[in-house]
Amino acid sequence: MKTVALKVLGAIAVLWAAATFTFFVQAALPGDRATLILNQDSGQIIKRSDAELAPVNEKFGFDDPIYAQYVNYVAGLAQGDLGTSYRLKAPVTEIISEQIWPTIFLTIAALVAAWIKALALTLLTAKRGRIPSALGSGYETFTAALPHYWLGVILLVVFAIELQLFPVEGGSSLIGLVLPALTLGIPLAGFLGQVTRDEFEKVLDQPFVTSARARGMGDFGVRWRHALRHAVLPAITLSGWAIGALFSGAVIAEIIFARQGIGNILVTAANMRDIPLVSGIVMLVALIYVVANLLVDLAYRVVDPRIEVSS
Amino acid sequence: MSGVLLALPRVQVRFRPGLALSIALVAFFVIAAIAPSLLTTQDPLKINLGDALQPPSAAHIFGTDQSGRDLYARVVYGARESLFIGLAATALSMSIAFVLGVSAALGNKLTDGAINRFIELLFAFPVLLLSLLFVTVFGAGLTTLIIAVGVGTAPGYARMIRGQVLAVKGSGYVEAAGALGHSYPKVIRRHILPNAMRPLVVLVTLGVGQSIVWASGLAFLGLGVAPPSPEWGALLDAGRTYITEAWWLEVMPGLAIVSFALALTAIGRYVQQRLEGGLQR
Repeated sequence: MKTVALKVLGAIAVLWAAATFTFFVQAALPGDRATLILNQDSGQIIKRSDAELAPVNEKFGFDDPIYAQYVNYVAGLAQGDLGTSYRLKAPVTEIISEQIWPTIFLTIAALVAAWIKALALTLLTAKRGRIPSALGSGYETFTAALPHYWLGVILLVVFAIELQLFPVEGGSSLIGLVLPALTLGIPLAGFLGQVTRDEFEKVLDQPFVTSARARGMGDFGVRWRHALRHAVLPAITLSGWAIGALFSGAVIAEIIFARQGIGNILVTAANMRDIPLVSGIVMLVALIYVVANLLVDLAYRVVDPRIEVSS
Repeated sequence: MSGVLLALPRVQVRFRPGLALSIALVAFFVIAAIAPSLLTTQDPLKINLGDALQPPSAAHIFGTDQSGRDLYARVVYGARESLFIGLAATALSMSIAFVLGVSAALGNKLTDGAINRFIELLFAFPVLLLSLLFVTVFGAGLTTLIIAVGVGTAPGYARMIRGQVLAVKGSGYVEAAGALGHSYPKVIRRHILPNAMRPLVVLVTLGVGQSIVWASGLAFLGLGVAPPSPEWGALLDAGRTYITEAWWLEVMPGLAIVSFALALTAIGRYVQQRLEGGLQR
């Protein structure tokens, strides 16, 4: 219980540091912020008069000393307030919460797909002779190296444009989820598979495997009941770590397949230099990453009780 | 240090087709970056509207773009800028990772803890999102791209370097050097750093490929280097509009990026195996 509380405190510390980091990246903006906002709104780059700048500075609190802005920012974050979008002039929290669900849905679908694929491939090819093993691990290395944008485009061209099996523009439909989820899931499966395969092969040489076989357990039983449980441990850790990468991939997949989600608003916001909206999304992803890793840490203790004893 | 790096353990040399292909590919792209005119006679910027959006053929093996420019020539000429981005971002991220990793491993418990927390913090920012934040604040451009990818990929390397230095620090020969009465700074300089840095060759090889992949991803989203540069990511971005009619505009530059990154990975893995002594697998 004490370790759990410590872990939670550590997670909060990381989030606070992340907020500080994000704040100072924002504060490093070259030039005047109010001018940037006015110029982005009007689409022309000109020098602004004080009369024009004053209301903007007032609205966003740019006249406050930097430490006051920092305290306001962190205090706001603690209450779930991510600031006001420069471009849309609406609360960032509101904009994100409208768009986040399709992205979360896509991320979860991709994670599930990746796990099924990695485990199936490991069960089927690990330690099944030289050629299946080599094919399996070669395939994993190749898929793990595929960038999301390229894989997504190829899936789009082959399955949506040429074969017309899936819609070209996903929108928010369920069938439109398949290709984006595969775009994210295939490289992740390759990545996870490399790790589960290594562990799986090591475990199959362990004495308890031999003893299970000696008791007359079939090959499938040994793999499924004994070896797999050990092999998934490192992959669980990696999944927590992969949440961040999945979110990055989701942004790209949503752009390629024209799906709803934070991808489109994030890229538009970056182009329009809408700093609060972009940093709001970055902070949210940092939060998801930290929480996911906290859960992974706890899940680890459930799957492998030895950890509690040794720590 | 170079003497240490070159002194690889001798193993029986066996022809490896995958490795040979990887070396050939990397050599091809390096030549493309240094002297692109050796690999193509076409001009990457020559507009020929009569030849627009032609699929791959004998005359244009990668096809042509919306202005009739030869895509193969553009990929070849784009190699220089893409390789430069990859090398610069890797140099930056290795420098950050080196400072963090080495000071964590050699510092006291407090330093180590603080740096570890900092590395963990950087991990909470995925490369692409951190890059987007940088682009938003500093504006898109070559420098932003390099800094963003460099900072974004640093924490992973920092953790690996820290682990490596710790492993060497705890090894028998370092203890022996201490017992022989060598001063600590000398032990660090003569024994710990050279031995801990050997696997860095592998990291750098893998890192360049990864940096190019990340930088192209940003460019794909329209936040990279401005046109008409034929940098690989910019090619991807330009082709996105024509995806339904001209698949080669996306597939071919992507093929260059993926094959280059994969070739570097294969070479990196091989060097790693050689460094670890022998080829077990």
